[in-house]
Formats: sequence, C-alpha cells, structure tokens
Amino acid sequence: MMDFLSTLISGLSLGSIYALIALGYTMVYGIAKMLNFAHGDVIMVGAFAVITSVSMLGLSPVLSILISIVCCVVLGVSIERIAYKPLRKSPPLAVLITAIGVSYFLQSLALLIFGSTQHSFPKIINMPAIELGELTIRGNMLITLVITTAIMAGMSIFINKSKTGKAMRAVSEDRDAAELMGISVNRTITITFAIGSALAAVAGLFYGTTYGFIGPYTGSMPGIKAFVAAVFGGIGSMPGAMLGGILLGVIENLSKRYISTELSDAIVFAVLIIVLMVKPTGLLGKKINEKV
Amino acid sequence: MSKLVPLPSKALVPERDADKFPILDVRHLGIDFGGLTAVDDFNFTMGRTEIGGLIGPNGAGKTTVFNLLTNVYRPTRGSILLDGVDTLGMSTHQVNKLGIARTFQNIRLFTNMSVLDNVKVGLHNSTKSNLFASVTHGPAFHKAERKAKERALELLSVFHMEDLADAQAGSLPYGAQRRLEIVRALATEPGIMLLDEPAAGMNPSETAELMENIRKIRDTFQIAIMLIEHDMSLVMGICEGIAVLNYGKIIAKGTPDEIKSNPAVIEAYLGKKEE
Repeated sequence: MMDFLSTLISGLSLGSIYALIALGYTMVYGIAKMLNFAHGDVIMVGAFAVITSVSMLGLSPVLSILISIVCCVVLGVSIERIAYKPLRKSPPLAVLITAIGVSYFLQSLALLIFGSTQHSFPKIINMPAIELGELTIRGNMLITLVITTAIMAGMSIFINKSKTGKAMRAVSEDRDAAELMGISVNRTITITFAIGSALAAVAGLFYGTTYGFIGPYTGSMPGIKAFVAAVFGGIGSMPGAMLGGILLGVIENLSKRYISTELSDAIVFAVLIIVLMVKPTGLLGKKINEKV
Repeated sequence: MSKLVPLPSKALVPERDADKFPILDVRHLGIDFGGLTAVDDFNFTMGRTEIGGLIGPNGAGKTTVFNLLTNVYRPTRGSILLDGVDTLGMSTHQVNKLGIARTFQNIRLFTNMSVLDNVKVGLHNSTKSNLFASVTHGPAFHKAERKAKERALELLSVFHMEDLADAQAGSLPYGAQRRLEIVRALATEPGIMLLDEPAAGMNPSETAELMENIRKIRDTFQIAIMLIEHDMSLVMGICEGIAVLNYGKIIAKGTPDEIKSNPAVIEAYLGKKEE
C-alpha cells in the first residue's frame, strides 16, 4: 500500500512537470494554431541556463532561476518572431516542418556549446524529505507538486479573469473577430509564447532536479510526452493539458513500477492511441464546429 | 494623423451632418485578386450620424468592401479616410481603435464564452488593466473589472439582454446571437458600425424590430451605421443614402426613392428588359 502511494506521489510530481510543458503546447496550439515542436528543447535551454549560472558562474539559485526564465522567454518570443511569424499565413505543414527544424537547431546549438556529455544538474532545491508514518515523500517532489499546482491555479485565474486572458481566449476562438475587437493578434501570440516559455523554464528546473542530468537531447522526450499529454487531454484545452499531463505521469510511474520499466513509454503511447480511438478530441477537448 | 483633408465636394450626406466632418470618406477604392478586379473606383461618404446602405446582387463585392474598410484586405488603389485619418497600412485592430466596428454575415461570436465576456472582449481597449494588477488581483484590477462589467451590462440592456449575461454565447437563439454581435461591436466604441446582412434569417416581425433597434442605436450613440442587406424593406425603410454595387462598381447612389426608380438598378437586379 505504502509502495503504491509513494509511486503515485512521484507519478503526480512527474505528471505535474508534464502538465506545465503541456500547457505551453496547448496554449500555443489554441492561440497560434500551430504545433510548436521546439517547445521541449526550450526546457533543455532553461535547464542549461540554470547549470551555467549556478555551476559555472556561481550565482545564487534564485537568481539563476530568474535568469533561466528570462532566457526561455526571450528564446520563445524570438523563435516565434523569426521562424513562425513569417509563416502565419502558410499551410500548417510548412509551420510544422519549421518547428521541427527549430527543434534540431536548438539541439545542435546545445551540442556545440555544451558537448554531448550529460551535465549534472545542481541541487538547488534543498528540502528535507517528509515522513508520514511509513510514507516518505522526497522534498523536491513536494516542492514540484506545490509550485506546479500554484502555477496551474494562477494560469486558470489569469486565462478566465484577466483582460489579457480574455483576449487570448477570443483570439483562440476567432482570430479575425478578435482583431475587429481591437485586439492585436500579433501581440497576443507573443504573450502566449512568452508565458509558454516561462512555464517551460520552470519545467526544465523541476525536470533537472528530478533526473539530475541534462544533455542536448534531454528536452525531446519530455517534450513529446507533454505533447501526448496535451492531445490526451484535448489539445487547445488548458484544463485538458493539466489533466492529461498528470494522468500521463501517473500512468508512466505506475507501469514502471508494476509492469515493466522498459515498456513504460510504450504503455504511455498505447494509452494515447486507445483514448484517441474512443474519443478523438481528447478527454476534455471540445468538438470543433465547422465554420460555414 | 492630420485632419487637413478637404471636405468632399459633393458630399452625399444627410443635411444634419453636412457641416460636420464625414466619419468615412472613401475615394477611388479598388482591389484586384490576381487578374480579377473585385472592387473598382468605389467612392462613398458617410455622415457622422448617417444610416447608409450597400446593396447589390450576390458576388457584387459588398463584403469585399467591408473587408477593405476594416483593413482585412489591403486595397490595390484608392484611399479610406476614417474620421479624416488615412488608414492605409494600418492593421485591423488599429482601425478598430480608430473607430470602425463590424458584424459578420455568418455570426462570429466567441461561442464558448459567456454573453458578458463577449461584450467585455469588445471593451478590451477601454478596460484599464495590466498584467501585474490582474495576477495580484489588487484593488485597481477589481475597479477596472467592475467598471467593465457595468458598462457591458449597460450595453446589453440596449437590447434587453442583461438577464442573459451569464449564458454561453453559443447557446443563445439565433436572433439573440445577432443582437449580441451588434452589442459586442458597439462595445468597441465605434464612430461607424458596419453590419453585414443583419436581417439574414429573420422573419418580417424580427426584421421590423431590428429596424427600430438600428435607429435606436444611431440615436443613442450618435454613430454612423452602414449596412449590407438583401431585405429591401429594411434597406428602403431606414437607409438615408444607398449605394448599389454590381460587378465591383457602384452603378447608382442616392436616396431610397432615387434608387428604387433607377433603371440601372432595376436592370442589375432583374435583367434587361427584352425589346
């Protein structure tokens, strides 16, 4: 029983990291109507920003987290401006291929700068484990859970209540009508990329503390899994991304523990295929109304 | 952004607006799509409180004119002066801020949002709020939100829709959706509102009510309204100036009575009489 609980909690912690990344995927999809496959690599850049500032420059953890967030935001917004904005009116396939290109570009750039070896991630979250009877919860997991939950709650309020959030929902529903309401679509897309990238930086931090090592290709697997999580929950839906991410983390950890470590990824993707066969729009996805 | 543009020489505007600067002054407007000229030499002036109509057979280029006026399309030729400002090169959200709003032929509400939120999106540029205030939920945020809500309800009350504020926009009956789209456009505080077939799908009594409402909006908000419409009872009933478009060109301009008796208009609609 205790074993199951601790597996569940580490699954929740992993899942909440996926959820943060999936939020970035789903927001960009909802608002810019594109799949940003370079999103996973932004996580890697964020993690390397922390490694560089802590291990190489000797900066304080708080400062390096801030630097990492700023780096990712600048990177995300620049990627959108340089690579995606000129293709705003191009067919989706062109944008998709460009996104994959940006992903390889970031990986190769990291390979060039940091080499192919895995860099150890500094231990910047120092929180003692908590013992609840026989159950032990690792400190970094608890922090991950608490902070990602807070971020997700904050994002929900922001999207539903704030003026910018309303503008984002309006753009995601009908770009032309939103523009006619005096909303700058370009500005809204920039804000979306900035928020998504900031979330990716936080995800990179937690991913680094969870696994301890970062390499140039570290971002691709969590990136793909978060994409799966976003589709699983219903792409374009923010609650869907959160739910999908958390479920994915839990399924992955449970299958690692009780079925097979080697097969866990296969099981994760099999679950996606089954869900999409039964409910093609994902768990919380809305039916897309065809415009006449 | 100067207003030093001379008044149009033959201003076809109602007398009460004649000594005021026209809200819209379109000159020699034209657009080509590839080799096809969709609109050509379109000249039109709207007084500040005028109700104007744009009619013509299907495919005449009426909606294209609306898309040009809102800078969704970039004109190939000519100029658009909105409240005296040349809008060439502006983006759609900029011309909206300058004072032009529109509704769509096929209703385009934010269907997953509440009625209130739809109107609040229209209030986007008049709502004072920054990112910091909205995240921290400080007093400034609540004040701006309360003001936006009050204003939105006030606008909804023009159409007696304030009770529907919390309903999902997509769940409203058709007529209410059309009215909400007009309220949402009004929320952007336009100087001129473009209505694309506002009576489409309405029965005669609904159309009559719409007619009253359009007049009421003009009188209450003192704005100009330009509409595209196929329902001749509506067009002839409320429009003060009408332009008839055929194959992208204006074939007639004038008051409803002049238009009704214009042979070119009758020909465009009914075909040439066989000799």
